[in-house]
Amino acid sequence: MELTETKTNNKVPASKHIVSEASSILRVKDLNVFAGAHHILKNVELEIPRNKITVLIGPSGCGKTTLLKCINKLTDLYKELKVSGSIFIDKDDILNTDTNIPALRQKMGLLSQRPYPLPVSIYKNVAYGLKLKGVRDKKLIDFSVEKHLREVGLWEEVKNRLNSPATRLSIGQQQRLCLARGLAVKPSIILADEPTSSLDPISSKIIENLFKDLTKHYTIILVTHVLRQAIRLADHVIFMNDGEIIEQGSPEILFKSPETEQLRAYLVDGN
Amino acid sequence: MRRVKIIEEKFFIWLSAFMTYSLIAVLAFIILVIFIKGFGALNWDMVLKTPRGGYYYGGEGGVLNAIIGSLYIAVGATLIAIIIGVPAALYLNVQLIRYRRTQNTIRYFLDALWGIPSIVYGAFGFSLMIFFGMNASLLAGIITVALLIVPIMVRTFDEVLSTIPKGLHEASLALGSTRTETAFKVLFKQGFPGFITAVLLSFGRGIGDAASVLFTAGYTDNIPVNLDEPAATLPLAIFFQLGSPIPEVRDRAFASAIILTGIILTISIGARILSKRYSKTNLT
Repeated sequence: MELTETKTNNKVPASKHIVSEASSILRVKDLNVFAGAHHILKNVELEIPRNKITVLIGPSGCGKTTLLKCINKLTDLYKELKVSGSIFIDKDDILNTDTNIPALRQKMGLLSQRPYPLPVSIYKNVAYGLKLKGVRDKKLIDFSVEKHLREVGLWEEVKNRLNSPATRLSIGQQQRLCLARGLAVKPSIILADEPTSSLDPISSKIIENLFKDLTKHYTIILVTHVLRQAIRLADHVIFMNDGEIIEQGSPEILFKSPETEQLRAYLVDGN
Repeated sequence: MRRVKIIEEKFFIWLSAFMTYSLIAVLAFIILVIFIKGFGALNWDMVLKTPRGGYYYGGEGGVLNAIIGSLYIAVGATLIAIIIGVPAALYLNVQLIRYRRTQNTIRYFLDALWGIPSIVYGAFGFSLMIFFGMNASLLAGIITVALLIVPIMVRTFDEVLSTIPKGLHEASLALGSTRTETAFKVLFKQGFPGFITAVLLSFGRGIGDAASVLFTAGYTDNIPVNLDEPAATLPLAIFFQLGSPIPEVRDRAFASAIILTGIILTISIGARILSKRYSKTNLT
């Protein structure tokens, strides 16, 4: 593992919170998720630093995706999931207040493992969220569509076929389109659940580079199984195992000198 | 061992191909027999005229009354089935997405309703008519056929909607859509080809069913101009003509069958063309 690839050099001990409350955009307190008798997330406590890339790593089934789904309340779609605890976005506890859920979800762009373009054109995919927000000004929508397609590096590739069905794009292009679609609703946080797992190396590289640029304006929470990707991108790393946060901190500390045997074993197996 | 596997492979490929082409051959044979028997009796009068006196004894006229009656009933019933069926299928797949047991129970009942013989629907429609003091009429026929085809509409569309990945559902919600917006703006569009199939199956079943309209729509030589008038239908026209001892009238039954088949094929092809156009204009 090449630690020279990491972005930051903070010397902060692993397994300690490195995020001050003021600089965090999202705080999770005592989050528990049950599916029947199965305890999926166990007393999860974490803070996500603003305008940074936080990478969630851990073995399959350890609860990373469930944690993301709790953050944008997609757990509501699963009756079997019982969620308790608190998730503060800025100062609002989204689990315990009468949150306007569609508005809350617009604060968080979602990028899933495989792209799901809406069954409309490329243009309408990006405009979809804006229209939901009530934007009707055609010029503003045109401007926004171009801006966000440029932001994800897709504009030059699609500018002459904006009215083509989005499903005709390659998988890599579809993933960037989904990112542009999410950015168009001006989220504060981007939740990315293994967004490059179905992409070829070139498309993955494009997405990774985009993420680095996007931290100027957005906070990114990235779930990945690719340790090299975590090393390349992470400003903050959270290691989960069996529904628990085992270690969290700066990537150099965690990857170089893991405190727990679980993380050590995971890193060895991952390499 | 390898030789056995090769023979086994060849045998099953041959068997599958034989069964597929046999099925097509049987369908082609049915259409061929209807054409051979009915083509001689088919003429413009059959399509453009209502029965004159003595038509069922070989006299002049046609089955325009039954063509129009069938179209009224099938179109009316299909419209009702769409109005009831589309929200029901979307409800099953959007609002009840968290409640798998409820979904499965509703699907079980809809499947059971699909399997009920149409004469039972006819009897039910007839008892409703008596309860409300109605006579056999176009309206009673439409309602009864609608009851018959609603389960077909819901389950066919539901089957397609249920294959849409949950990820698309989540992607729409994650953009800030409400469940209703997700249902109509995303899932309905994604499942549109399935909707067309559901409409075609329902329409085909509705226009071709005789038992459900036997007691409810009645039969008349006139074209109905009001909902409370009786209406003739092509399946009943075929049934009555086929029961005639006069060979010329029996041939007209086959000619009527050609007309019925032609209507279903025309609607089917037309709907598929419209569906493709819709996909090109609305999905882009």
